[in-house]
Amino acid sequence: MAENSSNSAYWSANVRIIVISLIIWAIVSFGFGILLRPMLSGIAVGGTDLGFWFAQQGSIIVFLILIFNYAWRMNKLDREHGVDEE
Amino acid sequence: MDQFTINLLFVGASFALYIGIAIWARAGSTSEFYAAGRGVHPVTNGMATAADWMSAASFISMAGLIAFTGYDNSTYLMGWTGGYVLLALLLAPYLRKFGKYTVSEFIGDRFYSQTARIVAVVCLIVASVTYVIGQMTGVGVAFGRFLEVDNTTGLLIGAAVVFAYAVFGGMKGVTYTQVAQYVVLIMAYTIPAIFISLQLTGNPIPALGLFGDHAASGEPLLAKLDAIVNELGFNEYTAHHGDTFNMLLFTLSLMIGTAGLPHVIMRFFTVPKVSDARWSAGWALVFIALLYLTAPAVGAMARLNISEMMWPNGGIEGGAVTLEQIESDERYDWMDTWQKTGLLGWEDKNGDGAIQYYNDGNADLQAIAAEKGWAGNELTNFNRDILVLANPEIANLPGWVIGLVAAGGLAAALSTAAGLLLAISSAVSHDLIKGALNPQISEKGELLSARIAMAVAILVATYLGLNPPGFAAQTVALAFGLAAASIFPALMMGIFSTKVNNTGAVAGMIAGITVTLIYIFLHKGWFFIPDTNSFTDANPLLGTVKSTSFGAIGAAINFAVAYVVSGMTKETPAHIQELVESVRVPRGAGAAQNK
Repeated sequence: MAENSSNSAYWSANVRIIVISLIIWAIVSFGFGILLRPMLSGIAVGGTDLGFWFAQQGSIIVFLILIFNYAWRMNKLDREHGVDEE
Repeated sequence: MDQFTINLLFVGASFALYIGIAIWARAGSTSEFYAAGRGVHPVTNGMATAADWMSAASFISMAGLIAFTGYDNSTYLMGWTGGYVLLALLLAPYLRKFGKYTVSEFIGDRFYSQTARIVAVVCLIVASVTYVIGQMTGVGVAFGRFLEVDNTTGLLIGAAVVFAYAVFGGMKGVTYTQVAQYVVLIMAYTIPAIFISLQLTGNPIPALGLFGDHAASGEPLLAKLDAIVNELGFNEYTAHHGDTFNMLLFTLSLMIGTAGLPHVIMRFFTVPKVSDARWSAGWALVFIALLYLTAPAVGAMARLNISEMMWPNGGIEGGAVTLEQIESDERYDWMDTWQKTGLLGWEDKNGDGAIQYYNDGNADLQAIAAEKGWAGNELTNFNRDILVLANPEIANLPGWVIGLVAAGGLAAALSTAAGLLLAISSAVSHDLIKGALNPQISEKGELLSARIAMAVAILVATYLGLNPPGFAAQTVALAFGLAAASIFPALMMGIFSTKVNNTGAVAGMIAGITVTLIYIFLHKGWFFIPDTNSFTDANPLLGTVKSTSFGAIGAAINFAVAYVVSGMTKETPAHIQELVESVRVPRGAGAAQNK
């Protein structure tokens, strides 16, 4: 039973990290890259605006950060909850 | 040495390298054939995944689609990289923990149903075959150009090479071969981009040059490009012209599809540990991002170079390029060589000895044309898929760079085609035949059926590749839609929900893929046979939703049907709920590897 409750705490911590990461994932691509681009049009980046930069560069860089951050935090979480591989 | 010889040298040397590695690491037992003995380091695995993933669509086709459309085709960039976030967070670690060989084995076990497994196999095969059609389109373009034959002959030669290569490799060969292919591919993509970025902006990093200043005019490069394409009557490069809803849906379809493609997911079965599966997805995206951050620069800079070549004397006022220039000036040699493939064409419609390239559908330009006596756009054919391969020739780069690009383009198309053929063959032999039809089959019989499945897949793909449903990247996008509508939802629900049961998953997958397939066939022709379509993507059935964007809707249908049906049918048994719980924690993954 103790193991189950620990597992469910582990799982909800995992789901929380996933949800936060996916919100950021959506904001930089669907948000800054597409829907919110008109709002960012005032910020000039090399002949165009920040939305264009996010659509063609920024979103990809943020995706990378998200994945490495997730791997790092989860591997740490595994150890904290004692569910890591030996 | 002429260019043809240089190309052959580069292509030949790179092939000798891949084949050498494949023979050196030749697959032995079935376990090694499928998952390379599960002993691949995350960085190695990431590099191989990147080569596997970046196909003719990414290498040959994508920058061309961006070049001629501009901002609106950023969808490809965001979609094909954003999918890795879904893969890394939602699927990869859990599937590795589960520890079987194939995606459909997971679906079969999790949904405790042979039917679910078979439905998953069929979905995988449909998506993968569509994907291979896109690859064959790219293979045809690449072989056509470098052997200096027409597109069809190039395609047939390419198909034979892909087949020979995949049959003898197996995955272990493929894993290390693909590391070599990645190295060739990324050099071939970035080196010409660096040259061109230096020429145009003075910045050696293309991703920065794209947002830098155009050296010749001092203006920002993108502003210069906007001005030129605008003058010729085309849509401004950096502006948004298409439908926003379709753009969102298309990006989402590519993302979900990325996380639902069997040949990429299979890669995460080959790392030693669950924690490695998480890192692996990140490393794969690092190697992919090197190309994806460069691609938009390649597209924009090529568009600028082409526009300036067609109007070499400073825009419309200076006059168009003349036929004589195209024939005698060596800077225009690429036009002659590409004309031979049938993928580039021009015609002096008004007989003035010059080739006017402009948008003859634009009212302002029609007025100018009437005044100047032009008879329509005279650069009559510019296949988007030739842009990347022609790019170093357009920019007048040295011969060895052109040879390198030839080798890179072939590496991209071949590595993905081989990976897909492997996924198809394991789906047929391991899941369909051994898993369902004939569980007693010998190991030898299983390998033989895997190879027969490969042969059939490549024949179908070659036949359809002769009349592809779109440019390479567009056909590949359809495959992603199919994967998005079928596999991804089943995998995700299998991990994140204990409630979805056998009946629900089967109903969801069947509903998702059927609706998506029908929508695609209605727009692209039944079984992609030309002229059997009832709608076109310019005027789609559902408002603005193009057939390439439908995958996200198919996925939503899949999720909805699965939940509703699961709610109405018998609850998941206790041992399956325990299975789901165990997949969610990494501990114990070691035991699962030794199957």
